[in-house]
Amino acid sequence: MATATFSRRNLLKTGGALVVSFAMGARVRAQTASGVDAALGKPLDATEVDSFLMVHADGSVTVYTGKVDLGTGLRIAIRQMAAEELELPVERVSLVEGDTALTPDQGGTGGSTGLTRGGVEVRQAAATAREALRKMSPADLASGKRFHLKVDPQAALKDPQTYKVVGQPILRPEIPFKATGRHPYVQDLTMAGMLHGRVIHPPAAGAKLLAVDPASIRAIPDVRVIRIENFLGVVAQDEWAAVRAARELKAKWGEAPALPGSENLDTYVRQGAVDRDAAVVNRGNSATAMAGAAKKLSATYFWPNQGHASLGPSCAVADVREGGVTVWSSVQASHALRLNLAKIFAMPPAKVRVVYMDGAGSYGGNGNDDVAADAVLLSRAVNAPVRVQWMRQDEHGWDPKGPQQLLDLRAGLDSQGNIAAWEAEMWVPMNRPGSRPLLSIDAAGLAQDHGQGAGLMTQNADPPYAAPHVRVVAHYLKDTPLRPSNLRAPGKIANVFAVEAFTDELSAAAGMDPVEYRLRGLTDARAIAVIRRTADMFGWQPKTTRSPQAPGNLLVGRGFAYARYKQAENYVAMAMEVAVDRSTGRIQVRRVACAHDCGLIVNPNALRNQVEGLIVQTLSRTIHEEVKFDRARVTSVDWSSYPILRFPEAPAIEVALIDHPELPLYGAGEAAAVAVPGALANAIYDATGVRLRRVPFTPERVKAALASD
Amino acid sequence: MATYKFQLNGQAAMVESWDPAQPLLYVLRNQAGLHGPKFGCGLGQCGACTVLLDGKAVRSCVTPVRQAAGKNVSTIEGLGTPQKPDVVQAAFIAEQASQCGYCTNGMVMAAKALLAQNPKPSLEQVKQGLAGNLCRCGTHTRIVRAVMRASGAAV
Repeated sequence: MATATFSRRNLLKTGGALVVSFAMGARVRAQTASGVDAALGKPLDATEVDSFLMVHADGSVTVYTGKVDLGTGLRIAIRQMAAEELELPVERVSLVEGDTALTPDQGGTGGSTGLTRGGVEVRQAAATAREALRKMSPADLASGKRFHLKVDPQAALKDPQTYKVVGQPILRPEIPFKATGRHPYVQDLTMAGMLHGRVIHPPAAGAKLLAVDPASIRAIPDVRVIRIENFLGVVAQDEWAAVRAARELKAKWGEAPALPGSENLDTYVRQGAVDRDAAVVNRGNSATAMAGAAKKLSATYFWPNQGHASLGPSCAVADVREGGVTVWSSVQASHALRLNLAKIFAMPPAKVRVVYMDGAGSYGGNGNDDVAADAVLLSRAVNAPVRVQWMRQDEHGWDPKGPQQLLDLRAGLDSQGNIAAWEAEMWVPMNRPGSRPLLSIDAAGLAQDHGQGAGLMTQNADPPYAAPHVRVVAHYLKDTPLRPSNLRAPGKIANVFAVEAFTDELSAAAGMDPVEYRLRGLTDARAIAVIRRTADMFGWQPKTTRSPQAPGNLLVGRGFAYARYKQAENYVAMAMEVAVDRSTGRIQVRRVACAHDCGLIVNPNALRNQVEGLIVQTLSRTIHEEVKFDRARVTSVDWSSYPILRFPEAPAIEVALIDHPELPLYGAGEAAAVAVPGALANAIYDATGVRLRRVPFTPERVKAALASD
Repeated sequence: MATYKFQLNGQAAMVESWDPAQPLLYVLRNQAGLHGPKFGCGLGQCGACTVLLDGKAVRSCVTPVRQAAGKNVSTIEGLGTPQKPDVVQAAFIAEQASQCGYCTNGMVMAAKALLAQNPKPSLEQVKQGLAGNLCRCGTHTRIVRAVMRASGAAV
C-alpha cells in the first residue's frame, strides 16, 4: 500500500493551498471567497433589492445578509423567510453572510436581532422582488439581469396562513458537515504562503515591554519575533513552532496599574466613582408609595464578571497587501470591524474586507475583534497572510468580559400583598461612544477609539407585574476593572434574576403561591398563557409554604420565574426542580419546563435548540461561572479555573413553543436565558430556605449559606 | 527532521516533525489536512481535539506525535461523510445535536469510544461517558439523545 507522506515542504510545494485529505478522499471544502467573488461590485445599500438578492441563470437565488449564523439556525431561517416570499423551494435559495464586500450592513449579529432585523429586511426585499422574479424570462436569467428595484416597505408579505416554508422544522444544512468534521471554520482556513502567528500578552494589563530575548527560542525553527512597542508576537511557518515560541520567549515586563481584585468586587462597585445617574423607569411616585406601604422588603443582588468562554479560542487570518487588507473572522459584526480596522490602520474602507467564517460560539463580543487586529499587525509586519489563534489562557484571560452588576431592590406591599411601590438601583459600566479598544492596538501604540459598551444593560429591572409606582435608577460607573463587552442577554440576565428572585420573596411575604402571585399581577394574555402552560407541563402544585423535606442530605425544591424580554419582546416562563445536597453544597437541576412565545416561529427545531441551549448555558453561568482576578490579572484562565456545566449536570428539559404566525417575530437567541437564574434561586429557596442572591451558586457558597441559615 | 509512521483512518501515513513532543493535533491538522479535530484548550481539558488511538479516545492536543507511531489513528473524517455518515454522525444529524459545532468532533469521537465499550449505555452512563467533554452552547440534551439514538435506544 502506498504511504501518504506529509511534510511542510510538500505543503509549500503545492502552494500550501487547501490540503486534500487523502484518507477518505474527502476534500476540505473551498474556504476562500473565490466562489463568491463573481458577485463583487454588487450593490450593498440596504435600500436596494439587488443588495439582498441575486438571481442566477437557473432561476435560483442567492440571499446576501450582514447577519451571521453563530450556530443559532439563522442560516436556514433566513433562507426560509426569503424562499417563502419568493415562492421558491428553500433548496433553491442560498445564503452569503457577513462578507463586507458582498453583504449589506444590517448591524452586528447581537441583541437577538438576527431575524428581527436581518431576516425581516431580507423578507421585505424578497416580497418586493417576487413579481419581478416571476416575470423574468430565461433570457433575462441567462443575461444575469438585476432587479433594479428599491426595497418597498409596503410590498405585501405572504399571508401567514399560506406559509409552506416558514414554520417548518427544516434541518440545518451545515450539521452534516459539522458532524463529519468537514464544516469549514475560520480556524481551518489555509491559503498559499500563510504563516502562523501567536501573541504574547503581558503578565498584567497595560504593562510595558522592557526587553525581549530572542535567543531564548533559538532552538525553535523558522520563527520571527515581532515587537511593536509593547506588542509582542511571533510568526512561524509551522504552527507548533509558533505555539512553542510564544510560550518560551523570554520577555521582561514593567509594572502595570493595579486591579481591585474580584474578592470584594461588590463593595468596590458600590463605592466606585459614578459618571451619572439616570432614572430608566420612573412611574408614579415610588417614594411616597413606599412610605405608605403595609410591608417593606429589600434585597441586594450581585452578578459577577463572566467570560464568553468560547470553546475554541478566537482566531483570524489577515492578508495585508496593496494598501489594503482582507480579514477572515468569525466576528459578530463584520462591517463594524471593517470600519474600525480601516480607521486604525489608516486604510480607505474600500480597501478593507472582512469575510465572516464560522467559529466557535461567541455569545457576544469575545476575543474575535482583538485577534483580528493581531493578525493584521503581524501580516503587515511579515508581508504574508498570517493566521493567529489565541491560546486557551488568552481567550479566558483576555477576552472582554460580561461585566459585574450590582442591584439593590426595594418593594412596598399593600395590605393584600400587591406591589404598591418598587425601587431598583443598579451599578453598571458607563457607555462611551466608539469602538471597544483592541489590546494589540493599544500595545502597539496606535491611535484608536476607546469606546465602552456592554449592551442594553438596564432593561428588565422593573417588575413585569402590576405596580403603580416604579423607579429604576442606573448608576453609570466611570471605571470598571475588566474591559467590558456584551455577553448574551447583557444586563437583563442579572436584572431578571433579581426581579424574579425578589418577586418570590414578595409572594412568600404575601402568603401566596408564586405562580398565582405572578398571574395576579398580569393582564397580558400572552404572558398568562406562557405561565399557565409552564405550570401545566411541569405539574406545578400550588404552595404557600416551602416544600416538605424527607430526611437525608438531599433537599428538593421547585421554583418559578417569568419575564418579558426587554419588556417588549418574548414571553418566557420557566419552572425548575432542583436537588441540593446539603453535605456537599452541590446543586443538581433535575428538570426544567419552559414555555416560550416569540411570535411567529420560522424554524421550530432550530428555535427549540436555542431555547434548550440558553437554559443549559445559563444554568452553567448561574451555578459555576465567575471570572476571578487578582491585583494584576485574570486568574480564571482555563476550564479548571473557570469551570462550566458538564454532562452529568444537564437536566431534563421540556420546552413548549407557542406559535403566533399572525404576529411579528422576536429574536430567540437570548430571551430564555433571563428566566433561568431566578427559577433556580427560587427552587433552591424552596428546597433549603436559603435565598442565594450572589452568582455563582458554587458548592462552597451553598454550603456557607446553609451553615449560616 | 524525524518521521513518524502510523495508520491514519485505515491507511499508512508518514508525517515529520522537528519536535517529537509536537502534539498529534497539529500534525493531523497542518500536515494531513484533517481539520475535524479542533484546538480547544491545548490542555486536555475540553475534548474538542479528540481522536481514537488504537480505538481509545485520546486528547490529540496533549498526545505527542511520537506516541502515535505504529498505532492506528482514527479521526472523525474516517467515520463517514456528509452524504454517508456513520451511525453516530447520522444520529447527531437527526437530533440536530449541534449549535456552533466546535465541540462536535469531540462528542462524536467520545461517543464512538463509549459505544465501542458499552453498546447499550443507559442515559446516566452516556452522561458520565461524556463528562470530560465540554459544550459551551448548551446542546447537552440533544447530544445525549443522539448518542442514545446511535445505540439503538428509542428517543
